[in-house]
Amino acid sequence: MMGSENNDDDEAHLHASKQDMDNLFSPPPIIVTPTDSDPLSSPRSKPNGNDNRSYLEPPSYADVIFSPFDDNSSEINGSDDTQSQDSFSRSLSTSSDYIKITVSSPQREQDSATTTSMLSGGSSYITYLITTRTNLPDYGGSEFSVRRRFRDVVTLADRLAESYRGFCIPPRPDKSIVESQVMQKQEFVEQRRVALEKYLRRLVAHPVIRSSEELKVFLQVEGKLPLLASVDVASRMLDGAVKLPRQLFGEGGGGGEVAQPARGGRDFLRLFKELRQSVSNEWGGGKPAVVEEDKEFLEKKEKMRDLEQQIINASQQAETVVKAQQDMGETMGELGLAFIKLTKFENEEAVFNSQRARANDMKNLATAAVKASRFYRELNSQTVKHLDTLHDYLGLMMAVQGAFADRSNALLTVQTLLSEISSLEGRVEKLEAASSKVFGGDKSRIKKIEEIKETIRSTENAKNVAIREYEQIKENNWSEVERLDRERRADFLSMMKGFVVNQVGYAEKIASVWTKAAEETSQYDRESS
Amino acid sequence: MEISTEQARNVMQSPRSPSSQPYLSASVTDPVKLGNGVQAYISYRVITKTNLPEYQGPEKIVIRRYSDFVWLRDRLFEKFKGVFVPPLPEKSAVEKFRFSAEFIEMRRAALDIFVNRIASHPELQHSEDLRTFLQADEETMERFRFQETGIFNKKPADFMQMFRDVQSKVSDAVLGKEKPVEETTPEYEKLKHYIFELENHLAEAQKHAYRLVKRHRELGQSLLDFGKAVKLLGACEGEPTGKLFSDLGTKSELVSIKLQKEAQQVLMNFEEPLKDYVRYVQSIKATITERATAFKQHCELAETTKLKEINLDKLMLTRSDKVGEAEIEYREIKAESEEATIRFERIVKRMNEEIVRFQEQRMEEMGVAFHQFAKGQARLANGIADAWRALLPKLEAASSA
Repeated sequence: MMGSENNDDDEAHLHASKQDMDNLFSPPPIIVTPTDSDPLSSPRSKPNGNDNRSYLEPPSYADVIFSPFDDNSSEINGSDDTQSQDSFSRSLSTSSDYIKITVSSPQREQDSATTTSMLSGGSSYITYLITTRTNLPDYGGSEFSVRRRFRDVVTLADRLAESYRGFCIPPRPDKSIVESQVMQKQEFVEQRRVALEKYLRRLVAHPVIRSSEELKVFLQVEGKLPLLASVDVASRMLDGAVKLPRQLFGEGGGGGEVAQPARGGRDFLRLFKELRQSVSNEWGGGKPAVVEEDKEFLEKKEKMRDLEQQIINASQQAETVVKAQQDMGETMGELGLAFIKLTKFENEEAVFNSQRARANDMKNLATAAVKASRFYRELNSQTVKHLDTLHDYLGLMMAVQGAFADRSNALLTVQTLLSEISSLEGRVEKLEAASSKVFGGDKSRIKKIEEIKETIRSTENAKNVAIREYEQIKENNWSEVERLDRERRADFLSMMKGFVVNQVGYAEKIASVWTKAAEETSQYDRESS
Repeated sequence: MEISTEQARNVMQSPRSPSSQPYLSASVTDPVKLGNGVQAYISYRVITKTNLPEYQGPEKIVIRRYSDFVWLRDRLFEKFKGVFVPPLPEKSAVEKFRFSAEFIEMRRAALDIFVNRIASHPELQHSEDLRTFLQADEETMERFRFQETGIFNKKPADFMQMFRDVQSKVSDAVLGKEKPVEETTPEYEKLKHYIFELENHLAEAQKHAYRLVKRHRELGQSLLDFGKAVKLLGACEGEPTGKLFSDLGTKSELVSIKLQKEAQQVLMNFEEPLKDYVRYVQSIKATITERATAFKQHCELAETTKLKEINLDKLMLTRSDKVGEAEIEYREIKAESEEATIRFERIVKRMNEEIVRFQEQRMEEMGVAFHQFAKGQARLANGIADAWRALLPKLEAASSA
C-alpha cells in the first residue's frame, strides 16, 4: 500500500566521472561515497597521535648541527601565478618550470628479512612506482622512477620535519593501524596510492622543500631508500656521526657546527632538562631569559587557530552539500525511471487515446527528469573538486601548527640552555668561594672549576647556535605564513569562483531542460497570467 | 434515490455560467482547530453556491469535520455502486503532523477537490446524501453521522479496515483463490489487470516524488548551513576574500530559501496529485470488488431460480399440492434474481462510463501536475542561476586583481 511515510534507504554509490588530467595537479578521480572524504584530510577528526612535533621530543643540543636550509630561505617563490584552477599548482609560475609526479602500479613484495618472514610466514608489503618528470636542473634527469613502500614515505616525512623546522610542511598520509589483510585490499591500496600522489605533489609544490636533498634522494635513488629515519639517532650512536648526514648527501665533511634537528632525538637527559625548563616557565618559577614577547606572533597563532576551526566547520558543511546534491541527482533519476516504466505500461495497456496522450506527457517529464539527474551528478563531481580545497587546507593548517611548534621548541631549547648556563655559573661561584677559603688553593676544586668552565664555554656555543636557529625558524615561520596567506587567498578565490561558475552553469542547463518540458505540456497551463 | 445517467442534468459547476443553466459548486475553506487534547479536531467551512431548486437558496454555509466527509463517501459508495466514488485523503497522519499548517492545508485542498468531484459527477451530484451534507445544520449532520455508524457499523477506522479487506478479497478473486464465480470476459480481465498494475507503478512514482520533496529540503538545509559556515570563515580572512566569503554565504542562504519553497510546491502540486491518483485507483479496486459481489449474487440467484423452476415443473407434472407454495417461491426468487441482474448490469454500465471519465480526468489532472512540476523546476533552477550569477562580477574582479 502506498503510504505517506517512506523508508529512505541509502542508494548505491555514485561514481564521479573521470576528469581529464589536463591540469598538472588536478586531483585524481574521487569516488564520492556518502561518508568518504579525502583520505588525507583525516587529521580533522582527531589529533594525529603520531605527531612527532610535540615538545616532548626536543632537539638534543649536546652537538648542535647546523641544518642546510639557510641557503634555501631566499629561494622562496615570490612570483605567484594565481590563475591556476587548482591549489598547489601555482608554484610552477614560469612555464619552464615543470615537475610532475605520478604514483602507480602498486605491487606486493616479499620482505626479504629472514626473521620476519619466518615469524609471520612471509610478511609482504606493497610498493608503489613513483615516476617523476621534470625539467628542473636540480634533478639529474628528465624522467625517472623508483619503487618505494609506505615506510619510506614516513622516513622522508620525518627527515623533512627535522630539516625544515619552521616551515609549513605538508602532512604526510596517515599510517593506518589495520590488519595486514586489510592492507592488501584493493580499495585500501588505491586510497593510499591516491594519498601518496597527493602528498608528493604537494611536496614538490612547496618552493623550498622542492629542492630538498631528502626529497631528491627519495625520488631518484633506486633500490633501498638510503635515508635514515633520523639523523639525530644516527649521530648519537656513531663516532664522527656529526659528519654522517653530510656524507650521505655526498657533501664533504664541513667545518662548523650544524644545528641539531628538532625531533626524533631520544636524548633523555636533554628531554628531562627541557621538560623541567618548560615546567618552570609555566609555573612562573623564574622568568625565562628569552621570552616569547612577540605579540604579533601570538596573535597570529591565535588567528591561525580560529581559521583552522572555521575551515574544519566549512569543510564539514561542504560535505553535506555534496551529499545532498548527490541524493538530489539520484532521486531525480529514480523518479524519471519510474515515469518511464509508467509510460511504457500505459502505452502497452492503452485502450483509450487519453492513455496514450498521458503516456506522452509522462515521457516528456521522465526524459527531463533523467537529464536533470545527470546534470546534478555532473555538477556534484565538479563541486567536489572545488570544495576539496577546504579539505586540503585542513592539512595545511596542521602544517602551520607544526611550524609554530618548531618555533616554540626552538625557544624552549634556548631557554633551557640559558638556565643551564646560569646554573653552571652558580656552581662555579660556589666552588670558587669554597676554594678561596682553602689556603693555597684547593687542587681538586680548582680542577673541578676548570671542568665546569669548559662545559660553560661549550654550552655557550650551543646556546648561540640555538639562538641562531631560533631566529632562523622565526624567519621561516614568518615567510611561510605570508606565503600561505597569499596562496590561501588565491586558492580560496579560485575555489569560490569554480564553485559558483559550476552552480550557475548547471543551473542554467537544468533550467533549460525543464523549460522544454514545460513547453511540451503547455496545453495544461491553467494559471491565469 | 438514484437517477439514471440519461436523466441526469448536466449541472454546471461555475456560478458564472449563464443563469439559465443549472450549476452547483462547493468549496471547503477556513480550517479551524477545535476541542482540546486527544479529542481535538479540525472543522471546515463548506460553502455551496447553486441555483438548483432542491437546494435552499443560492448560497449556504455549513461547518463540517473529516468524519462527515467520510460519512458522505460511505453513503455514496453504498448507493451508487459501479461509480468510482472520489477518494478521501487519509484519516490521520503521524500524530506530530496532524495539526501542522502544511498538513492542514493539504487536507483542506484534498477535501475541496473531493466535494467538487462529487458535485460535478453526472450521477453523484443528484444524491440526496450530498444535499444533506451540503445543507444540513450541524446537529442534524451529527445525528446522521451517528446513525450511520449504528446502521453500517462503520467508523472511519473500520472503513480503512474494510478497504483492506476489500483489497485482499479482490486479490483473492483475481488470483483465483475463491470459487470461480466471476466474470472472465477478456475486456474485463484486461481492465482488472490494468488497474492492479497501475496502482503499483503509480505507488512507486509517488514514492520517488515524496523522496524528491525531501531531497529539496535536505539540499536547502545543507546550503543554509554551508552559507553560515562560509560566512564565519570569511570573518577570519582579510580582504578581499573575507567579503567574498560573506557574499557567498548570503547567496547560499538565499538559494536555500528557494529550495524550501519549491519543496512545498512539489509536495502540493506534484506529489499530492500522484497520491490522489493512487487513492483513486484503490477506490476503483473497491468498485471492482463490489462488481464481483454483484456478479456472484446475480449468478447464484440465476442458478437458484433455475433450480426452483425445474423443481416447480417437476411438481406441476406430479400435480403435487406443494405447487402453489413452490410457485410463490419461484416468483420471489425470480424477482430477486432479476433485480440482482439489473443491479449487476447497472454496475457494468456505470463502470464502462466511469472508466472513460476517469481516464480523461486523469489525463487532465496529471497533465496539469506535470506541467506545474516542470515549470516549478525551471523556475527554481533559473532562480538559483540568477542568485549565484550575481557573485561572478566580484569574483572575476578579484581574480584578475
